[in-house]
Amino acid sequence: MREISLHILDIVQNSVVAGATRIEVFVDEDIAADRLTVEINDDGCGMSKDFLAKVIDPFTTKRTTRKVGLGIPLFKNAAESTGGSFEIQSELGKGTCVRAVFGYSHIDRQPLGDMADTMLGLFTSYEQIDFVYRHKVNDKEFEVVTADLKAVLEGVSFTAPEVYLWLSEFLKEGESELN
Amino acid sequence: MKSLAELEAIRNRAKGNVTLRKDDHAVRVVVGMATCGIAAGARPVLAAIMDEVAKRNLEHVAVTQTGCIGVCRLEPIVEVMVPGEEKVTYVKVDEKKAAEIVSEHIVNGRIVTKYTIGAAE
Repeated sequence: MREISLHILDIVQNSVVAGATRIEVFVDEDIAADRLTVEINDDGCGMSKDFLAKVIDPFTTKRTTRKVGLGIPLFKNAAESTGGSFEIQSELGKGTCVRAVFGYSHIDRQPLGDMADTMLGLFTSYEQIDFVYRHKVNDKEFEVVTADLKAVLEGVSFTAPEVYLWLSEFLKEGESELN
Repeated sequence: MKSLAELEAIRNRAKGNVTLRKDDHAVRVVVGMATCGIAAGARPVLAAIMDEVAKRNLEHVAVTQTGCIGVCRLEPIVEVMVPGEEKVTYVKVDEKKAAEIVSEHIVNGRIVTKYTIGAAE
């Protein structure tokens, strides 16, 4: 992966497959503390203690089509190679929380990349899921709660052409205001 | 700044068509978005397709994501399913090819043979 935002897109797919109805994505760029934190919380099916213990192993996967799963190991490695940390908490039937901390100024830290595109793809592909997206850069914050947007839309889809274009601009603007 | 009031106006304009549109998704476009697809550049491809579909107002087209299709080395992979026709699998797609697939295959009905899995293999 070239960008952290691509890891996020990938890791959120796990929450989708876990049957989550609500997914929270937090990105916190705290430059003073030299830290970039990514947190993904879901209310999906969660993992057993046994599965959780081996989920960072690339040869562990829930897929039945092949025997490798690289999403989590790649994300973990990307965080840890910047002097950061990685943890997963999960409980069967409750959900999962993935948290990765990156060293902000570390030479090996990937750029965050295009979060607007990542969230747009998720919002429009998994419309049935309620997303909460929050991106903080120091003391500036951009938050999108898709349930609020759905309330305004009254059943009109995110993929209706005009809505899609609005959403795309809305996310791009929100992101650019942070810098 | 984009406002919710603007979104409300869009909703009001769109609402009339909604009931029509729901079961009217004739064409399906599926983008492989597993780890392999994303690493190979599937996100901009998905965005390019969604963009093209929205700009051309193609309301009969449903764009969705799927997991690993099974040929990771040929990602990003896009499948186009037109009812009554065989599924077409496009491989090593980028943003430019994606836009071309929408305009040629979906709008004009001409399969872009040079980007298909058959041409790559």
